[in-house]
Amino acid sequence: MVLNSTEMLIAETLAEGLPICSRPYQKIGEAYGLSERQVIETISSLCDKGVVSRFGLIVRHRKIGFTENAMVVWDIPDDQVVRVGEIFAARKAVTLCYQRPRRLPQWPYNLFCMIHGRERDVVMVEVAKLVEVSGITNIPYDVLFSTHAYKQRGAKYSQAEAVYAAE
Amino acid sequence: MPQSNKIVSLDDTNRAIINMLQDGFPICEEPFAEVSEQLGIDQDDLIARISTLREEGVLSRFGPLYNAERLGGGLSLAAIKVPDEDFDRIADIVNSFPEVAHNYAREDAFNMWFVLATETPDQIDAMVARIEEATGLPVMNVPKLEEFSINLRFAV
Repeated sequence: MVLNSTEMLIAETLAEGLPICSRPYQKIGEAYGLSERQVIETISSLCDKGVVSRFGLIVRHRKIGFTENAMVVWDIPDDQVVRVGEIFAARKAVTLCYQRPRRLPQWPYNLFCMIHGRERDVVMVEVAKLVEVSGITNIPYDVLFSTHAYKQRGAKYSQAEAVYAAE
Repeated sequence: MPQSNKIVSLDDTNRAIINMLQDGFPICEEPFAEVSEQLGIDQDDLIARISTLREEGVLSRFGPLYNAERLGGGLSLAAIKVPDEDFDRIADIVNSFPEVAHNYAREDAFNMWFVLATETPDQIDAMVARIEEATGLPVMNVPKLEEFSINLRFAV
């Protein structure tokens, strides 16, 4: 994805977060000699290009009580992984769902999803629900709760920051 | 930024703000005015509340969530089986790499899971090798093959 120099400038500036004042886009523009309109159009274009996947507020979920965070891993037959991945992804409780490679013999799982909850029991109820809706009998899976977050970096261009803050 | 683990409780107005703005913030001349009108609160109150939520660390971000891959970056998830007694020492080594964005202890034989974020995708393998060398432990790299959802939204 090639960004023009204005898009680059705005992307870098916004990495620090939006100014919290009544005319935030005007304020950004003032610092860089751009009009409010130019800033608004540039941000809209970054969104349209998919460089910004979401524009709004991102919570630090642990801070508001979502402390029971499970990475649920599944061994799904290769010819069914897309079907099951889409079913899981459609569930509200599943925040992320990715297919990843197995690493045999030590790692048999090829589908990963994240579920965040305030209570472990509630998360496990949702896991049971996923087993049920997968449509696969005796589906092999494992639930890995996180016990400690060692590092949550605020990297500059970090999708990782937000997306994987969840993991 | 150091973070305390203290859980912040939210009043009804803050809940409404968070639930609404996780779905998006207006890109227009007076976005706070638009949001405050929809929420039925005063604009100054809204601005003060969002500032406080950010200061308290409830918000990790107010603004854009970038798609690192669209920006040309590399991302992967990796794991190590770390002997329990050595966990903190290995965590310090792994976390010392700026390319390690997040690192979580998990209940499994693979008990350390971390996210690698590099400037370009072809740097991931080299990072894995460097972490193996620095820790003396094998690293399992499991990059994304297919993405089914990113629905990172918390109903509060």
